[in-house]
Amino acid sequence: MNTSVNTPLYEVFVRSKRGLDHKHVGSLHAEDAEQALEYARDCYTRRSEGVSIWVVKSGDITCSQEEDAASFYDPMEDKPYRHATHYVLPENIKNM
Amino acid sequence: MTQFKLNAEELEQAFQNRIDDEQKIEPKDWMPEAYRKNLIRQMSQHAHSEVIGMQPEGNWISRAPTLRRKMILLAKVQDEGGHGLYLYSATETLGITREELVEALQNGTAKYASIFNYPSLTWADIGTIGWLVDGAAIVNQISLQRTSYGPYARAMVRICKEESFHQRQGFESLVVLANGSAEQKAMAQDALNRWWWPSLMMFGPHDAESAHSAQSMKWKIKRKSNDELRQAFVDQTIPQIEFLGLKVPDDDLKWNEERGHYDFGAIDWDEFLRVVSGKGMCNKQRVEHHKKVHDDGAWVREAMRAYKVKTLDRNRMKEAS
Repeated sequence: MNTSVNTPLYEVFVRSKRGLDHKHVGSLHAEDAEQALEYARDCYTRRSEGVSIWVVKSGDITCSQEEDAASFYDPMEDKPYRHATHYVLPENIKNM
Repeated sequence: MTQFKLNAEELEQAFQNRIDDEQKIEPKDWMPEAYRKNLIRQMSQHAHSEVIGMQPEGNWISRAPTLRRKMILLAKVQDEGGHGLYLYSATETLGITREELVEALQNGTAKYASIFNYPSLTWADIGTIGWLVDGAAIVNQISLQRTSYGPYARAMVRICKEESFHQRQGFESLVVLANGSAEQKAMAQDALNRWWWPSLMMFGPHDAESAHSAQSMKWKIKRKSNDELRQAFVDQTIPQIEFLGLKVPDDDLKWNEERGHYDFGAIDWDEFLRVVSGKGMCNKQRVEHHKKVHDDGAWVREAMRAYKVKTLDRNRMKEAS
């Protein structure tokens, strides 16, 4: 058996409390998802940091690149009307 | 598969304890089947409302009076589509597919906010929808930020944050009309006359008559009753109407010093039921339009699927050679 092949990398997400989103906390190597989950428990939640863990193979994550920022986000900058603060409310109008 | 170590009764007790303790329920948790069903009904109805709500406003995008108003309206309608997406995705965490949800909307088994079955006849309707209809929705959604189901609560937080611009742009647009020519002011008043009562109906039947309310409150799916939310909406909106110099189309409306709230007249529930049951002015048109757009877009979905299959085939051939 060729043990020189790297074990896959997994990204670990922990939900610190019910009601909150899972948050990325780090990564680890494991042979499969079940093992990754056990390692994640041992590595990232030794002090009760969470109530739920997600593990995702790093290779399964598709991400945008910082160089793409212009085409991704530039068009948003000239749209101030998407923000509530763009609209000036009369002094005595509250609750809006 | 998730394995549970408790029996059914213990599970139900643990579930209710969690809710009583103000903890959120998350997708992989055990939950009573009726809780799941009730959530799917309410959340999908909410999602459908966001999507169908794009129609009365979309109707005016190409006829907005200025470029600025057009850009604002376009951005708002785009938001509604996004909000529909957040809510559909959150609903899917309960184990139902997008296809099933869309099918239920199109065959009439699922409902959406009945206010979108009224037509948007004038430009003033667009400002009024943003100010009143979104305003009413926000009152409801603020309380739903504390709903017991985690994914629903989180979707609400995101939606409320984005939605406050919707109400403000509508109000700003009405301020312009209400301070404009006599015709513009009359148009604003006419829009208020037509949208006021349907806005109050958005909160649903009175508490005593609300079919799902008691159980939903016990499970904290709903955090405030229909009547409480409706009263909060009336109380906050009357000063805004006064500021605009418009008249509320309700002769019974008056401040009640003792209660510290506005009293208002009786809601025409016959009309509400008529519209909910499909006999409103635009029910047929709304669903037909949804079907048409869905069918017209089928070729895009088919092309995406075909491309995917082709790419997989190509990769397979490459590997084989």
